[in-house]
Amino acid sequence: MGGSFTVNHFLYLLQGVGWTVVLSALAFALGGVAGFGVMLLRTARSALLRRISFLYVQLIQGTPLLILLFVVYFGLGVVGIELPPLLAAGVSLMVYCSAFLGEIWRGCVESVPRTQWEASEGLALTRWQTLVDVILPQAARIATPPTVGFLVQVLKSTSLASVVGFVELTRAAQVVNNSLFTPFLVFGIAGVLYFALCYPLSRWSRSLERKLNVGRRQAA
Amino acid sequence: MKYTFDFASLQEYWPEFLRGALMTLEMTAIATVLGMVIGVLCAIGRRGKRPWLAALCGAYVEVVRNTPYLIQIFFIFFGLASAGLKLPIFAAAILTMVFNVGAYTAEIVRAGMDTIHPGQIEAAEALGLSVPQIYWDVILRPALERVYPSLTGQFVLMMLSSSVTSQISAEELTGVANSVQSESFRSFETFIVVAVLYFLMAMLLKFAFFLVGQAMFPRRRRLGTPL
Amino acid sequence: MSAVVKLHDIHKSFGAIEVLKGVSFEIDRGEVVAIIGRSGSGKSTALRCINRLETIQSGTLEVCGHRLDQPTLDLRALRQDVGMVFQSYNLFPHLTVEQNITLAPRRVKRLPNSQARALAQESLERVGLAEKIDCYPEQLSGGQQQRVAIARSLAMQPKVMLFDEVTSALDPQLTGEVLRVMETLAQGGMTMAVVTHEMTFARRVADRVIFMHQGRVWETGPGEMLENPQTPELQAFLSNGL
Ligand SMILES: Nc1ncnc2c1ncn2[C@@H]1O[C@H](COP(=O)(O)OP(=O)(O)OP(=O)(O)O)[C@@H](O)[C@H]1O
Ligand SMILES: [Mg+2]
Repeated sequence: MGGSFTVNHFLYLLQGVGWTVVLSALAFALGGVAGFGVMLLRTARSALLRRISFLYVQLIQGTPLLILLFVVYFGLGVVGIELPPLLAAGVSLMVYCSAFLGEIWRGCVESVPRTQWEASEGLALTRWQTLVDVILPQAARIATPPTVGFLVQVLKSTSLASVVGFVELTRAAQVVNNSLFTPFLVFGIAGVLYFALCYPLSRWSRSLERKLNVGRRQAA
Repeated sequence: MKYTFDFASLQEYWPEFLRGALMTLEMTAIATVLGMVIGVLCAIGRRGKRPWLAALCGAYVEVVRNTPYLIQIFFIFFGLASAGLKLPIFAAAILTMVFNVGAYTAEIVRAGMDTIHPGQIEAAEALGLSVPQIYWDVILRPALERVYPSLTGQFVLMMLSSSVTSQISAEELTGVANSVQSESFRSFETFIVVAVLYFLMAMLLKFAFFLVGQAMFPRRRRLGTPL
Repeated sequence: MSAVVKLHDIHKSFGAIEVLKGVSFEIDRGEVVAIIGRSGSGKSTALRCINRLETIQSGTLEVCGHRLDQPTLDLRALRQDVGMVFQSYNLFPHLTVEQNITLAPRRVKRLPNSQARALAQESLERVGLAEKIDCYPEQLSGGQQQRVAIARSLAMQPKVMLFDEVTSALDPQLTGEVLRVMETLAQGGMTMAVVTHEMTFARRVADRVIFMHQGRVWETGPGEMLENPQTPELQAFLSNGL
């Protein structure tokens, strides 16, 4: 115990920030792809697909991310697939993101008026063409603010990867604190670093949403 | 390598799981009530006429919403301990939950209060109601009715994230799971069981909130329409 | 006859814009005064000053013995003496008709719950809506909602009632039923200040008409003045309809 907080400690924390960003990007990219699939299933024509994907979303959203992380980490390890912590965290965050993003995007797709589907059908577009050329461009506008907002959620969630030993910002802070034992200082700095990552995104999301609302009010 | 599931060997830990689940629910119940109080006071503070109080409440909300819960837990728990204040773990866990969920509640309640038309408040003023009466009868009650779904959704999320308090050795469901898996060497099965338990608790909580909503909002019960 | 409402040289600004530029008038007990004028002439603002929804910058203002220009004003006592009905009804959407009416009597006058329903019943009978006592506002038509708003005001037994374009949001058929309720109130001796665009109502029911123009009382007189306007501004206002 002892010693004081030095530049080296800070650099170590900054390195943690780097890994937090990498993990977030990984989770968001993989989760985005999977979430797109979930959204497709949630709005599918087949009632069975809709029901299965609904159950999937309910299950993931009804389970703590930490437990999901343990299930992936221990589960796959025990089955014989040895996952490095980055991959274990990446996979569980992907699953987590897919459920939430899928649900956010489903809401956006469904908020495009029904008549847009009908008009496209009248023009003999296929379901896929309708989705890509008519629905998604409109839904994307509505989807941007909540998606950016969810990015903040992802950044914060990556702190749980520390629990399986992945050295991102939270784990780095724990390591530093274990040698210095100045929790207010170390976790305070970690908090400030997280805040510096998240707050601009929160602001951006809010301003996007305001712009969208203004646009909608003028259109009405 | 072929893996054979063995849930049977977890049967003897059933009382442990139950104890953990009950503690999670207990922590959730307490944090919901206290978080509601903090959230409503903070939302009122942000609307109020004192700029320093509004700024303080705003800063609290932003700080909590833009930092991870786990960091908040470490900051509060280890921080207080280093300052010589050793809280019992149960109290510390609830403290962090209230600190966290209070900010989210404040934001949701504020959004609800923003939907109240100024004419409503003028009408209440013209009838001679006092400021606290206006806040309770004309602003908060309809605002809470309006945001009730997102508010209760937030409390369900808080119940789920309370699993993180296992990191300061709270003996709630995840904490119990950690000790069970190290004793039984059945980690995968343990966490699957616990996942199912959390899922059931989330359903239970949603149902309980539905019943509370029915009791609290007679208009919704009778008309079934959103306010 | 003593004046219940006395405005003398009232000035009121929003920021740099002066909206009331020295308004003076009085309303006697039992008198019905119609306030007319172009949009933006300050009618609503003048009315809202009377029950202190707006504060004035200068002038003297006395309502039912309460001095509104004095710091000693007992605001809640004033609000109990002055009732107000708004253009947009402003019923509380989460409360039943009964609860809307009895909220203020229960909270402000500490009326026991046992007497609340009877009070609501009685107020509703005065506006002809006794059978709607258990409805929610959204289940009523606009005209019915406005009559409930009047009943809600009446339940506080005010000495003066203020009406701010209470029929502007209603179609002609519903306007009639609200105006009839107001006419009955007037005949019952209620002191009323009515901001309105209904010229026939002003002529028939009002004891006196006040024409406001550019933040001033431009012309005032009995209802017949509308047939024989003295100023070109009132003439222009009447011939344009609005
Ligand atoms: N809260 C406010 N803040 C700033 N300006 C205001 C406010 N309320 C009213 N005004 C301005 O004061 C002027 C008078 O408004 P007021 O509502 O009294 O007019 P009015 O005669 O009632 O008109 P209308 O017939 O349209 O209701 C208007 O120019 C209006 O823009
Ligand atoms: Mg007006």
